[in-house]
Amino acid sequence: MKKYVLDLELRSIETLRPDYVLLRLCNGTAPLPEMQPGQFVEVRVPDSPATFLRRPISINKVDRERGELWLLIHTVGEGTRALARLKAGALLNVVLPLGNGFTLPPCVEGGTSDANRYVLVGGGVGTAPLLFMGEELVARGHEPIFMLGARSGKDLLQLDRFEALGQVCVTTEDGTVGETGFVTQHSLWTKIREGVCPKPALVYTCGPKPMMVAVSRLCDDLDVACEASLENLMACGLGACLCCVENTTEGNVCVCKDGPVFPTSRLRWKAEC
Amino acid sequence: MNCSLLTKIGDLQLQNPVMTASGTFGYGLEFADFVDLNTLGGIIVKGTTLEPRQGNPYPRMAETAQGMLNCVGLQNKGVDYFCNVIYPQVAGLKTNVIVNVSGNSPETYAECARRIAELDHIPAIELNISCPNVKKGGMAFGVTPEGAASVVKAVRAAYPKTLIVKLSPNVTSIADIARAAESEGADAVSLINTLMGMAIDAERQRPILSIGTGGLSGPAVKPVALRMVWQVYEAVNIPVVGLGGIMNATDAIEFMLAGASAVEIGTANFIDPTVTTKVIAGIKEYAERHKLKSITEIIGAAHGSVS
Repeated sequence: MKKYVLDLELRSIETLRPDYVLLRLCNGTAPLPEMQPGQFVEVRVPDSPATFLRRPISINKVDRERGELWLLIHTVGEGTRALARLKAGALLNVVLPLGNGFTLPPCVEGGTSDANRYVLVGGGVGTAPLLFMGEELVARGHEPIFMLGARSGKDLLQLDRFEALGQVCVTTEDGTVGETGFVTQHSLWTKIREGVCPKPALVYTCGPKPMMVAVSRLCDDLDVACEASLENLMACGLGACLCCVENTTEGNVCVCKDGPVFPTSRLRWKAEC
Repeated sequence: MNCSLLTKIGDLQLQNPVMTASGTFGYGLEFADFVDLNTLGGIIVKGTTLEPRQGNPYPRMAETAQGMLNCVGLQNKGVDYFCNVIYPQVAGLKTNVIVNVSGNSPETYAECARRIAELDHIPAIELNISCPNVKKGGMAFGVTPEGAASVVKAVRAAYPKTLIVKLSPNVTSIADIARAAESEGADAVSLINTLMGMAIDAERQRPILSIGTGGLSGPAVKPVALRMVWQVYEAVNIPVVGLGGIMNATDAIEFMLAGASAVEIGTANFIDPTVTTKVIAGIKEYAERHKLKSITEIIGAAHGSVS
């Protein structure tokens, strides 16, 4: 997939939660390049002398009708806080699309069945790329089931958008919304294990590493394939600097170029966590 | 007026002074969507060793003020992989594809160089005696004149084409190391490799990088690099290739004025994958504005003006 460096215009910026902003970007009147769910972009932070490197951000949604690229940003440091201060009309220099996305199942027609049910497990801001993936699954005639985890109800993001796409199972650590505990403790897993709910064709996950490791262990127990999207610290995003490596069955590989999405069967992280 | 951007590193002709630094531009192919590779003065591909190497564990990178630290540790798939898989893809490029060669003994450096010498379309190697991130070899050879001499001597005997030796800034006198490389037959020296540094996570109370230390690059190191290019230019008669924090054409010009016959762009490729194209255009614009017939007129031109 051809990559581009583009100056994208910030069409709007919306604060979703105190530490989360949603940027809607457009390419002037030109169309946006092709992008797939699970891919990411590298954003240059304007007016932030303390920020040297670009910031890798997952793709939250591509609204092809309106020509919009959505980036959901958790403001955790200097760079992301500077992005959150931008005003509509600002230009953002973006390298895109980067990496390999989630495996997209082929289109099906004539209604969903057990064979085309997919579980998407996200935690924190890791839910961002699952929205794009969920929309793509629905567009292809599949049924996504979202399992979203957060510390507290106030940390849940874009719940209404997920609910518009399919069933949403929520867990919060403090029990303010949904079931209490981690996403891996949700009752849906028990139902799948006991055969009350059908096994998903595949599980996609994105979030904190311990969460993804736990999800991939659950998938192993259920004998379900799992794909995880990693977010290792990176510089170039192009496979040149070799900084963002992950230990896999083929040795150290770049998350930016060989990932960020990996079948969990390729990852050696289980031994580490 | 039309200014020539041609420059030379020993016998090696460059269509312009702008090359890419090893480890920051992959094999060039990673940047083909952003840069017409044939317009570059040269591409120095990532550090290659005789045997494949896994490098250091993650995390390998830390952002710093106007720069970054890395401790990649020479991860590469080995010289066979380069010869069999990468070479066929880059041999047709109309630019100088130069291989950065590393090892852990004079013998392994020489054997790796011998293998690269067999490749018709690789006109030069850059000898990495300055990697700060490997325990054995690497910088160990580059921090004493004797160590540098031993590797350059072994490689010179095995490698007949243009031999560039990449120097470490983590020394007391870089001029002494440059002279040692020159006396053993190096055709040119390139400098600087990264400066050893460190980053600590205050909240977690531990170093950020997996092996504790790493190599600092980016604009933060530019004044140090410029000073060292200046000193080495005065110490040796072979050409000097300058690098260290070059972000734009003005930076590149400054290195040439300090004595560099050509420059390498490294970390800037991470910030703007099209930066090399912009630097070439900026050098051309500078040359025209200063009514130069040849860009080589400015090499070392700042010398002699110091009291």
